[in-house]
Amino acid sequence: MATAAIATVSAKDAPRHEMTAFAVMTVLLVVAPMVVYPFFLMQALCFALFACAFNLLLGYVGLLSFGHAMFLGSAGYFSAHIAKVWGWPPELAILAAALGAGVIGVVVGQLAIKRQGIYFAMITLALSQMIYFFCLQAPFTHGEDGIQAVPQGKMFGFIDLSNQMVLYFTVLVIFLAAFLLIHRIINSPFGEILKSIRENEPRAISLGYKADKYKLAAFVMSATLVGLAGAVKAIVAQNASLTDVHWSMSGEVVLMTLVGGMGTIFGPVVGAFVIIAMQNYLAQFGQWVTVIQGVIFVICVLAFRRGIVGEIAHYKRWSL
Amino acid sequence: MFELIGISPQALFGQLLLGLINGAFYALLSLGLAVIFGMLNIVNFAHGALYMMGAFCAWFLLNYAGIGYWPALILAPIVIGIFGVIIERTMLNRLANLDHLYGLLLTFGVALIVQGIFQNYFGSSGLPYAIPDLLKGGQNLGFMYLPNYRAWVIVFSLAVCLATWFLIEKTKLGAYLRAATENPTLVRAFGINVPLMITLTYGFGVALAALAGVLAAPINQVRPLMGADFIIVVFAVVVIGGMGSIMGSIVTGFTLGLIEGLTKVFYPEASNTVVFVIMAIVLLIKPAGLFGRTA
Repeated sequence: MATAAIATVSAKDAPRHEMTAFAVMTVLLVVAPMVVYPFFLMQALCFALFACAFNLLLGYVGLLSFGHAMFLGSAGYFSAHIAKVWGWPPELAILAAALGAGVIGVVVGQLAIKRQGIYFAMITLALSQMIYFFCLQAPFTHGEDGIQAVPQGKMFGFIDLSNQMVLYFTVLVIFLAAFLLIHRIINSPFGEILKSIRENEPRAISLGYKADKYKLAAFVMSATLVGLAGAVKAIVAQNASLTDVHWSMSGEVVLMTLVGGMGTIFGPVVGAFVIIAMQNYLAQFGQWVTVIQGVIFVICVLAFRRGIVGEIAHYKRWSL
Repeated sequence: MFELIGISPQALFGQLLLGLINGAFYALLSLGLAVIFGMLNIVNFAHGALYMMGAFCAWFLLNYAGIGYWPALILAPIVIGIFGVIIERTMLNRLANLDHLYGLLLTFGVALIVQGIFQNYFGSSGLPYAIPDLLKGGQNLGFMYLPNYRAWVIVFSLAVCLATWFLIEKTKLGAYLRAATENPTLVRAFGINVPLMITLTYGFGVALAALAGVLAAPINQVRPLMGADFIIVVFAVVVIGGMGSIMGSIVTGFTLGLIEGLTKVFYPEASNTVVFVIMAIVLLIKPAGLFGRTA
């Protein structure tokens, strides 16, 4: 699923464009809570990280996972359970939950990378449905009720997360750090090999790269970072529920990435904000939100395959 | 013997029967997916939504036009099949030269639209659809009670599956179809209208899903989300069987239905997940699927 939107940008200009865009994004996100409701922003940031981590796999390795909700949801349950029942401080709960999602990623990834293309999508969807049923039946998730009233606690013992502004800037720092990490992965020699697998897997193999190992590594990284998003989201919302493990959540992250622009670094962030804002404003229309999401899917696939950021990058010849 | 394992024959055979019926639906749906995949190289994510539309079509025909079960068994697949043809002509055929994943995303969008619209008007609760008079009642087989309608579903879907197999593997039309799957350009050079064949194949696959929907209407209630979770199990069935073989889809569908039924008797907690576990095991042992060709 190669998007060649950024092919024409010279290598010299790319870091400059990206740094400018990153600075603009950071300034916007620092100023935003004075204008916009912080809780909405935190939700959107968690989904933005979710979409960026998903895009690491779809945009840069060409693997479409239709089951990424399993990492978001299970990490949410892990961090909620660890923070509430075990009473660990939030930083350890989040870290442990992200690692837990990574472990699930190792198991699921080993199975899923045995097939390619649409089979990969179907296998990840089926395995995530299995995790969904597990979460529905396992006692620690409390089934339909979910885990509620998760304590936010004090990060590192002195950062009081129950203060909304403190919580916002903590989430922002985590998001920016993870974003830079993903940017680093994509632009490392490892990332270049991932892109070569996306473009032509047999050729990458014939050059001596063990494609399966690289794919698995990318899958586990993606799963762990999605887990980070899910763990933070559970602390922010103070609950973990079945919504985050359901297949419709896996569809939503695909939509966010598609709308923003897959294979672009900033696309998933823009896509996540657009979709979450849309869901907020259209919440009173009930199921019509699903219909609108379906229509956006169809329009994006038929006429708008580069996504918002991809189109901008294409016409302005920027690297974003 | 049954006393030894602590399970009554009634319960065992009852669950086996339910399993076979689910297996019949798995077979019909995975058969449609395999036929569509063969020609269009896409996975039809809208398959579950179209299965639901088949059931709703039968319900509409009965409640608004007074048309009963038997005509609906023919009419609903035709109506929904035409709907499928429209989707293929207006949208899917624009994606022919793109990565196959775009077809998956498009059909997922279609599924969201269809399910969302039906949920708006019908909520999430089920609508009843009565069993046709001819098939009411049942037979007492001594070891179990066999409702006539359930027997009909199994026999009829098996017949449809075998007829499809015959059509594709043994007739001239099927030979064209298989040839076009292997090399569409060459088949076109022989003067065969391949784009038309692709459209009709999609329509046929969709009609099979709608037929399964009509068959399911009197057993499961008619609900907007009746296909949404069901289709994920069917995807697992497809991964287990591999989409390379028509007969493979049929056999895998019925077998997995039976296994699911047995699991309900012996270890009910795992009945939701047993198909996925089997999928994982098959992926470890034979990644191409039981009947699949290596990609």
